[in-house]
Amino acid sequence: MNEGSARRPRVGLFVTCLVDLMRPSVGFAAARLIEAAGCEVIVPAAQTCCGQPAYNGGDNTSARTLAMQTMKAFDGLDYVVAPSGSCAAMLKLHYPRLMAGDSEAEASARAFAERVHELSSFLVDVRGMTAVPGSFSGRVTYHDGCSGLRELKVREQPRRLLSAVPGLQLVEMADTETCCGFGGLFAVKFAAISNAMVTAKCASAAAVEPDLLLAGDLGCLLNVAGKLSREGSAIRCRHFAEVLAGELDAPPIGAGREGGAA
Amino acid sequence: MTDRSTFEAAIAAALADEPLQLALADVPAGFVAGRQRARAELPQFDRLRRTARDIRDHILANLDVYLETFEANATKAGSQVHWASNGEDARRIILDICRKAGARVVTKSKSMVSEEIELREHLEKASLDVVETDLGEYLVQIRGERPSHIIAPAIHLRVGDVAKALRLQHSHLPGDRELETPEAMITEARQVLREKFLAADVGITGANFLIAESGSAIIVTNEGNADLTMSLPKVHIVLTSLEKVVPTFADAWPLLRLLARSATGQALSAYTTIVTGPRRQGDGEGPEACHIVILDNGRTELLASDLRPVLRCIRCGACMNYCPIYCSIGGHAYGSVYPGPIGAVLSPALGGPSATAHLAEASTFCGRCEEVCPVEIPLVSMLRKWRMRDLSRPSPTSRKSRALLRAWAILAARPRAYRMAARLGVRVLTTLSGRHGRLRRAPFASAWTRYRDLPAPEGRTFQEQWARRKRIDRAEPT
Repeated sequence: MNEGSARRPRVGLFVTCLVDLMRPSVGFAAARLIEAAGCEVIVPAAQTCCGQPAYNGGDNTSARTLAMQTMKAFDGLDYVVAPSGSCAAMLKLHYPRLMAGDSEAEASARAFAERVHELSSFLVDVRGMTAVPGSFSGRVTYHDGCSGLRELKVREQPRRLLSAVPGLQLVEMADTETCCGFGGLFAVKFAAISNAMVTAKCASAAAVEPDLLLAGDLGCLLNVAGKLSREGSAIRCRHFAEVLAGELDAPPIGAGREGGAA
Repeated sequence: MTDRSTFEAAIAAALADEPLQLALADVPAGFVAGRQRARAELPQFDRLRRTARDIRDHILANLDVYLETFEANATKAGSQVHWASNGEDARRIILDICRKAGARVVTKSKSMVSEEIELREHLEKASLDVVETDLGEYLVQIRGERPSHIIAPAIHLRVGDVAKALRLQHSHLPGDRELETPEAMITEARQVLREKFLAADVGITGANFLIAESGSAIIVTNEGNADLTMSLPKVHIVLTSLEKVVPTFADAWPLLRLLARSATGQALSAYTTIVTGPRRQGDGEGPEACHIVILDNGRTELLASDLRPVLRCIRCGACMNYCPIYCSIGGHAYGSVYPGPIGAVLSPALGGPSATAHLAEASTFCGRCEEVCPVEIPLVSMLRKWRMRDLSRPSPTSRKSRALLRAWAILAARPRAYRMAARLGVRVLTTLSGRHGRLRRAPFASAWTRYRDLPAPEGRTFQEQWARRKRIDRAEPT
């Protein structure tokens, strides 16, 4: 038992389905940061999707099934960390709500929720991280994802970590707290409104002339990167974890192997 | 009320409407900046929101008691209280009062409840000359439109639209008159309205709050038009809905302080009028009779449901000012009396869910609305509840997306199958996009690629790559 006090905290990485499918670099960057914060990273293979699409679609039965599965997959770990404000908010705030009415399940969802953190919040608030492995020379702007910002109060944490990156100049765009128009299925169900919103977001970003736009949610990033790419913009997009961890081998989101630097 | 396809057509039209887009572009600098200033000037703003929420919740939990107290005290003060269970009831009651008063001209101040029951249209059909006296509402009336915002009914109009509407309506005035500045337009409307104020037999106002302890109604405006509407004619009718009752004046103050700040950024609206019954002996002016019509129209059902918090609403409009959807398409596109987030929650309850269930779909759940709501209505979870209700109906609004979500949920509940499908899907997408890192067109995601590229996956799923690094959790149960 005396190894208990010395052992590193065991952190379950909730990869999120979008990172798993579209952008594994973010998962590796997150793992590297969690390790740099003195923790051991575990990736339970039984994790899939947090159930948010079902939950937001009004299908609580399916959402509950996926919530149960996720909680079980991360059983016994000290922390559960997600490189997404949206998925972390689902695990932390909405799982207990989903279980309302079943006191045993609700209690275990509450206990689970206490261990869940969004990545930047975990690094700063839980681990007190001040130095990061990455470096980047250039102008960077940061888009606040809605769930992370409003549900989990993630605002200062990513900015504090980014300001610790040597060479990085953080420039704030206007309306950084306004939704980019992704909203899951909203982006395809109401594609025209979504387009108006992401167009406004891209204009706000372009106005501060960044080399790189960062965010903490792949949903927002796929939307904004896709729009910037369609507009022929030179602004590149990455998840903040990639820059913090110095995992810049993969081309920027949507840029391809033939694409430019950054 | 509209269905989904009408809604989509209205969205497309609104996005292509350049004057509307210019008008909407002013919302952030106006209402949003105003509220932010007002909030910064009142350090206890957020504490006041919690107080207001608690007051509203207490009222809703004891609504029957306060309504009865109100009725007793209003009657004592000389008013007649009428209960209307739906729009038809309310319209009949009001038309009866107008007929008994021998009314020809009826003035009206702004009231969303009157919009809810289409009162003006109904009275006009009964050959009454009904005039809206709020400037924005007057413009909307003469253009044959509905309000596009609950506190700024003509927010969709620009100065040029206003001048055109006034010239068309006031054909009795010289055609070469100067009508370029907002001041000139306001002066002209004021002169025309003044005659109506003086000629009116009945004046109809709404009420922001009803005070149970005194039987009073509180009415706020920025133009003072409600004061002329209620005090000049022989008969004053207050039309309001039953959740507007507040126990005491002391309870109304925090709500009034939040209302103006949340709506326009003012500390208090320019006119806050308390009216208690008709003219009493010795009063120099005021109506001979005061009728208070209290509408239910689905609200008691809401009260008994898990959507009760929506009845906290004090109609400030902040949720629409801050809503990126509302600010993209404006109020008319919603096709419901109440637009924006509050409208998407309230309208299906008032007009039958089938007509407006699709409104709950039109949200990214970004949460700005509930962040600014002065009475902390959890608008996102209320919208989610409507999506749940829609899903349990025999023919839900979005069948295709429901099938898609179902399939996804079934797959995601089987981790092994999910991982295999993920690997396969990612390989297909990667192959399709070649070295470009993105797809410019994807038949399976045409709604997405119509407006933006689809970034391609990196090539292998994270799980696959992680497993290859032999760091997979050995305790995996599957």
